[in-house]
Amino acid sequence: MNARIPIHALATSDAGCAEPPVLRERGQREVFCGLTGIVWLHRKMQDAFFLVVGSRTCAHLLQSAAGVMIFAEPRFATAIIDERDLAGLADVHEELDQVVQRLLARRPDIRVLFLVGSCPSEVIKLDLSRAAERLSHLHAPQVRVLNYSGSGIETTFTEGEDACLAALVPQMPATTGSEAELLVVGSLADVVEDQFRRLLTAMGITRCGFLPSRRAADLPAVGPHTRLLLAQPFLATTAKALEDRGARRIPAPYPLGVEGTQAWLMAAAEAMGVDPIRADTALAPARQRATQALAASRARLAGKRIFFFPDSQLEVPLARFVARELGMVLTEVGSPYLHATHLDEERALLPPGTQLSEGQDVERQLDRCRAAAPDLVVCGLGLANPLEAEGYATKWSIELVFTPIQGFEQAADLAALFDRPLQRRARLAA
Amino acid sequence: MQLTLWTYEGPPHVGAMRVATGMRSLHYVLHAPQGDTYADLLFTMIERRGERPPVTYTTFQARDLGGDTAERFKQSVAEAHERFRPQAMIVGASCTAELIQDDPGGLAQALDLPIPVIPLELPAYQRKENWGAAETFYQLVRRLAVRPTGPRAALDGSRRARCNLLGPTALGFRHRDDVQEITRLLDRLGVDVALVAPMGATPADLARLAEADFNVMLYPEVAQTAASWMSRQLGLPCTRTVPIGVGATRDFIREVAALAGLDADQALAAAEQDSRGPWYARSVDSNYLTGKRVFIFGDATHAIAAARIASRELGFEVVGLGSYSREFSRELQDAAKALGLSALICDDYLEVEAAIAAATPELVLGTQMERHVAKRLGLPCAVISAPVHVQDFPARTSPQMGFEGANVLFDTWVQPLMMGLEEHLLGMFRGDFEFHEDAAPSHLGRSQPGTVATPVPAAAAAAAVAPLPSDPITLPIAQTTTQTTTQTTPPAATTWTADAERELGKVPFFVRGKARRNTERYALDHGLGAITVETLYDAKAHFSR
Repeated sequence: MNARIPIHALATSDAGCAEPPVLRERGQREVFCGLTGIVWLHRKMQDAFFLVVGSRTCAHLLQSAAGVMIFAEPRFATAIIDERDLAGLADVHEELDQVVQRLLARRPDIRVLFLVGSCPSEVIKLDLSRAAERLSHLHAPQVRVLNYSGSGIETTFTEGEDACLAALVPQMPATTGSEAELLVVGSLADVVEDQFRRLLTAMGITRCGFLPSRRAADLPAVGPHTRLLLAQPFLATTAKALEDRGARRIPAPYPLGVEGTQAWLMAAAEAMGVDPIRADTALAPARQRATQALAASRARLAGKRIFFFPDSQLEVPLARFVARELGMVLTEVGSPYLHATHLDEERALLPPGTQLSEGQDVERQLDRCRAAAPDLVVCGLGLANPLEAEGYATKWSIELVFTPIQGFEQAADLAALFDRPLQRRARLAA
Repeated sequence: MQLTLWTYEGPPHVGAMRVATGMRSLHYVLHAPQGDTYADLLFTMIERRGERPPVTYTTFQARDLGGDTAERFKQSVAEAHERFRPQAMIVGASCTAELIQDDPGGLAQALDLPIPVIPLELPAYQRKENWGAAETFYQLVRRLAVRPTGPRAALDGSRRARCNLLGPTALGFRHRDDVQEITRLLDRLGVDVALVAPMGATPADLARLAEADFNVMLYPEVAQTAASWMSRQLGLPCTRTVPIGVGATRDFIREVAALAGLDADQALAAAEQDSRGPWYARSVDSNYLTGKRVFIFGDATHAIAAARIASRELGFEVVGLGSYSREFSRELQDAAKALGLSALICDDYLEVEAAIAAATPELVLGTQMERHVAKRLGLPCAVISAPVHVQDFPARTSPQMGFEGANVLFDTWVQPLMMGLEEHLLGMFRGDFEFHEDAAPSHLGRSQPGTVATPVPAAAAAAAVAPLPSDPITLPIAQTTTQTTTQTTPPAATTWTADAERELGKVPFFVRGKARRNTERYALDHGLGAITVETLYDAKAHFSR
């Protein structure tokens, strides 16, 4: 079986269908800011520390979002701006230097320190990139200090990871050889990263790097021979920065579900000049296993109506997966941001007529959700319990960012995330 | 700029949100950037509310900053009024909106809505969550409470006295059950509760505040500003004792009896039926609790109450008392002085951690943050105050106040300690493969990973919990053990001989930290060059005088 053929066939046949226009809304947005990305990024890069320069609100958000994890010694903190800092910009940089000094004395194991901008620091135009440069100079060669913004005014939830990875791009060494190299971009669970590495090797792709790497001090190389494979849909700025260094993006859907994973890996194989039959053979056992594992969830979920509130930009690939592989019916698929080209392959796979929405006016969207009366609502934690209390089954969306969901072996786990709330309701009712 | 690993309080607008969410038919329009809606999940997840907080956020983004954020705010206010039709509204700014200075109060007034719209000035870079809650409640009461027209009907025995319960909010530590418990207690005394506020009250209810005979202040952090104002302006007297602990509950009952014109002794007799705490603490099983060293930290109300219970009702020795509530530092200093301590008033998590390590307690009573510290230091811990997480919003009834509250506190605080018999046996026999001092108390039902049965991982586990090099846990005295000591400094005396170190290992683990510290201090005071087994016992005798 070669999955590329049906996908391309479908894409062309769908192209003629009349697409409903994307609903673009502005109003109250019930979403996280980019600072939240720190919650998983600090675990992925074990030698990195994230220092938010912001207000008490930023500190409060981080510890609320970090939930139970707060019992471990975290690799993030907040430098809280106070009145004295606001009175005049003169001594803010000195204050910041002292905070960093205290921090590095407490955590001598840190190799990369991110100064993370927030809404307050952006509004008062605190120049954190200059501060990062100065501090890098001061603490070299032990610690490299970088800077990005995770502010709510500029970034929505997973865009914080995008901004962070984009800050790493200038630090990546240049490639030296003239052979094509694959670079997989986007945080993946360690187990998923290892699976992809094994599959790519089996397909015949051995020259392969991952960004972010497990240690921020050891970054993969990039250059004109780099072929870029995005593992996550929210990496617009990072992809642009890598393209500016010569890398070329491989157009592909995202590795969610059996179909997505197959197409994603085969796109890499084609771009890297690997024999498609060899590649497909290498994938066959995992693909068959995953297809079988999905069957039980599919039987339960087929025909169920699902509504997506905007959260992470994962909504479009997830909607494609639940519609095509689980047989669910899409009512509305909301996303905080729809990237025109990075979602091309995904949008071609969506059922014709799927209602997409970009941005949010949460009260109006709730009205539409109630009118659509879906069987399952994918939404944030601020909406989940209130909707449950109204009688809707919900799947809280940040779990989709904190759980290994990519790849063949996780396809059934991903399906189970949608299946579980419905099963639970059935059990509790019985 | 302040380095903050964990913050004890949120920003002041979260306090305002706690008041608004606790009340009914009050809506809050908050000028805030995208992302500040995270605060909703404090209420929907931690407190598990089945409805969204009554808060509309403007959630402006960078592109809006070039345009008219003020217009956006006005539109949000108008839409929120149209959709939710509240009896009153509060409007304000979050920390970022404070910087762009759109004047939410003025903008909302300009809309001329047919309901009271109350502007909030909450300085986010100076003040914090509890202050925000207190200020919000005060502004609501000031604006909405109606002055009594005539004198109150006399309390001459012909009717029951009526009081207001002030202070409970959404996201308050055990507020739900405290209100229930105190209402029940007051009912037994013959006092009715006229109104609970902010929790459960509507703006229209607040207009009737002055119809009660007096106020009961349950949580000074939230209610004191409003209660003082009502006492001055509406002539409503207010209780001062917070009824946490048996002693404090008795004092509270006497205070209420005086305000309600009741016989205090009769009232006490009527109220004490369910009180089991005092007998439990007196029973011989509790003998081993005597003199247990306890460190207490939390908001001022809960910390002060806990110190009294620990020292006078459970027989512990309080070795540290502190709070992050700067507004109540005088009360806290007084309580600490009575125990021969100096209060630690700070909101720096690292400083609290250092103070706990230095005090070498056997039990920590604190907030969610002290649980991190206690876990790091391997100390038993119980939570007595906000900030707390989801497990401290339990389904079962678990007040802290009144006599049932004292029962709950007895169980909660004793639970993390090793039980008497096990503690004795550990003092007598060592090296048991199953029951040993590095294992968790056996009544807590799990053994530590990598214990004596598997020697190699045990070493690894010990290394894993060992403090970091820069850790404040390192005893201050150990830092003087350098070879470069000059004539002016006292001779360094902290070298432990191998025998002494082994003997120290035989001291029961929960007092070992204190034994080490005392011995080192003794050696230093006596100018001893090395610590031997003899020094250890000399120090023991010296400090037991």
